[in-house]
Amino acid sequence: MLDIILIIARFILLVALAPFIGGLIGKIKNDLRMRKGQPVLQPYYNLRKLFSKEAIIPVNSSWIFTCAPFIILASALACILLLPNASQIRSPDGAASLLIIIFVLALGRFFQALAGLDAGSSFGGMGSSREMFISSFVEPVACLSIFSLILSGANFSVSTILTGLALLTVILTETSRLPVDNQETHLELTMIHEAMVLDYSGPHLAIIELASYIRQIFWITLLALIILPTYPLIAIGSAVIAICVLIAFIEIGIAKFRLFRVPNLLMFGFLLALLSIAAALVRI
Amino acid sequence: MNLLLSNIRLLFVFDPLALFFIIVILLVSFPALIYSIGYSKGKSTPLTLAFIASMLLLVSSANALYFLIFWELMSLLSYLLVLTDSENEQAVSAATLYIVMTHVGTAFLLAAFCFIYRASGSFDLSAMAAACQAMPQLQRDLLFICFLLGFGTKAGIVPLHIWLPYAHPQAPSHISSIMSGVMIKIAIYGFIRFVFCILGINSLWWGVLLLTLATITCLVGIIYALMENNLKKMLAYSSVENIGIILVAISLAMIFVDQKLFPLASLAMIAGLYHVVNHAVFKGLLFLCAGSVQKGAKTLNIEELGGLIKKMPWTALFFLIGAMGISALPPFNGFISEWLILQAFFRGAISVSGKMTLLLAVGAGALALTSGLAAACFVKVFGISFLALPRSEKAAEAKEVDWTMLISTGFLSVLVIALGLAAPFVIKMLAIIPASLFGTTPPIASLFNLYPPPNAVAMLSLLSIAMLLGIFLVMRKKSHPGATWDCGYYKIDSRNEYTATAFSKPFRITFGFFLLPFRRTELVKASSYHVSSFSHETRTTKIFKKYLYDAGLAVMMRFARSFRRMQAGSIHIYIAYIFVTLIFLILFLRII
Repeated sequence: MLDIILIIARFILLVALAPFIGGLIGKIKNDLRMRKGQPVLQPYYNLRKLFSKEAIIPVNSSWIFTCAPFIILASALACILLLPNASQIRSPDGAASLLIIIFVLALGRFFQALAGLDAGSSFGGMGSSREMFISSFVEPVACLSIFSLILSGANFSVSTILTGLALLTVILTETSRLPVDNQETHLELTMIHEAMVLDYSGPHLAIIELASYIRQIFWITLLALIILPTYPLIAIGSAVIAICVLIAFIEIGIAKFRLFRVPNLLMFGFLLALLSIAAALVRI
Repeated sequence: MNLLLSNIRLLFVFDPLALFFIIVILLVSFPALIYSIGYSKGKSTPLTLAFIASMLLLVSSANALYFLIFWELMSLLSYLLVLTDSENEQAVSAATLYIVMTHVGTAFLLAAFCFIYRASGSFDLSAMAAACQAMPQLQRDLLFICFLLGFGTKAGIVPLHIWLPYAHPQAPSHISSIMSGVMIKIAIYGFIRFVFCILGINSLWWGVLLLTLATITCLVGIIYALMENNLKKMLAYSSVENIGIILVAISLAMIFVDQKLFPLASLAMIAGLYHVVNHAVFKGLLFLCAGSVQKGAKTLNIEELGGLIKKMPWTALFFLIGAMGISALPPFNGFISEWLILQAFFRGAISVSGKMTLLLAVGAGALALTSGLAAACFVKVFGISFLALPRSEKAAEAKEVDWTMLISTGFLSVLVIALGLAAPFVIKMLAIIPASLFGTTPPIASLFNLYPPPNAVAMLSLLSIAMLLGIFLVMRKKSHPGATWDCGYYKIDSRNEYTATAFSKPFRITFGFFLLPFRRTELVKASSYHVSSFSHETRTTKIFKKYLYDAGLAVMMRFARSFRRMQAGSIHIYIAYIFVTLIFLILFLRII
């Protein structure tokens, strides 16, 4: 029973904080660039505004388009529910749970890509194609990171750092961050995630954005849990904020990659994960 | 004569393994038969029934001689069925390629069986097993290679897959669904039966070799599937991929058996067999749906389809369910088996030694890449052919197919969902098979030992589904239709849509080292400013066909041509040949 209450509490906390993390990263980026920028709570205001508007459904589209946002949100929420706690995360059971998360995320992505194709514009198709292209290279890296996680011991080690770095490449890709995707532009040559959701409006768009925020907080929390497996909540919280700062620094320090260089980044992540397994095998 | 007398009695074996495959055969064959009523008005039904019967007899025969007879019968009947549908040259050449390749495979099986018979003196499976145990290692290795090549050709392991993408699409759709769904699984049955039960596993390299081949098969199959724009051909390549996934699980079982990790071997075996039934169900479903598309929209080229979800709503829904199953999306069936295979990798990696751990890690990575690419492939196929606007007249005039066809596809879709949701039960049933093979069962309870406890997950997912339904109902009121964003051009039509070729372009570029894409662009200019016509062609190179088969055939043809000189046409020379042969034989016999 206690377990269930804890899960529900964690669920509510993470979902409520999800847009805040998005705002926080934006704020740090703006501060670093000496810009005034939007307030930290801007994502909440955006969501409220979008929820109060009407949705426009393209006439060419089918029921896939209307259902997709809910499936995307459900897949994001399920990730938070399935997130193992710190003591479980390195056991085979925890790994099995993390694997389910990868498949659940794939479910959301599948429908997002279908919805991108459903409106019949070339932007949507372009976004779907690129999203599926990149995500198929993310999956091996994520899978191998989980693999190295169960092999490396409970203590903080070289192997843990390498796993963390491998997972960082996954996070940058999965949360549409530079150098893979740029959340701030709507330029057809570069956009990936934004291109897929171009035809969404109003509450549908709000749901999709909320789902993206939830996925983002999920990945960042997962990384924090991996680096600090046995620490109290407050330490995990500060680790989450530290990762946000790191992401902000990466984003202002790097230009966007060409699409065809993204597999190289993920190949790098794959090698890091392999090295981490090798490090775990020789126990360093 | 002695051979016939000792094998005259047709013996059957109904152990759990055989029963499982009988169930798989029946699960796909029944809907396919019902489907054929509407699809081809029951044409060639007797042949189809004989084909199904040959497979049923094959998996249940307890005698290697009858196994081989039914194997051959199955090959010949399917060859005839590939030929039924069309009188075009493509079908003939596809069927010829198929029958040649399948006989190359059978030759290896025949060699292996005869070799074992020499030692055992009987084709009875248990006698053969006893004989195999006593053989020296080199002979056992050779037998394994024979079984690998023999069954591998039928299953479609790369590079022996060459016939599969030609033969399966040429057959009528209900036959394709039986061939892809069931027939290639018979090779998996043969492999398990003869390698696990008869030969017995005692070398690590067998499993490692198979794991390597299976991983390559997965990746090659899915990359080709991603490039393919013909619906049925794409499904055939995806069968190659799924055979790879099944064999990955089987090879893991082989590795674990060799390492004496029997609970893990059972886990891998369960995962593999689960994928066997899953692939049978969703590939059967997808081939039948492809047949419905061919019937409804008169084309299989996905570049000419589009918008079918409005014209053929049921077929679209069933195809979507099949696509979600094959892309391993929860909660459907493909997800469970791929998840179990990955779990076998993980749990195995903890138990084996250093080098093997790295091998398993790379294997797991490759499997994850495969499932990512499969999702991309089915997004492309479903998104381009069923969503948005029709891309041609044919697609615009598509009609939903009749109810006999919908019943069979509907039944298979229900199975896709049921096999996913009833996973714990199915696993418990499947666990009987490795129990009979290895004498142990895996700790099934621990497979589902997730964090958080499953009950909480179930409760909360129900909660969230209820909540989402609530939001959905509330939001339906607050939406109105509008045009797709068209950058202010006011006229957006099907030519603005993304094409299938464009969708797969990033993959074509990234895997260019393997696909060797070829493109040709021709511009006809009326003046230096005005292009009056434009043509663009792009295709990929099938490297196995070009550099392995075509090159091999060229060598053979050259060899044959050099022999043609012997055939001079003069009767004197022929008599001389006979004379020389006679002398040679006399000398040869005297020496003996």
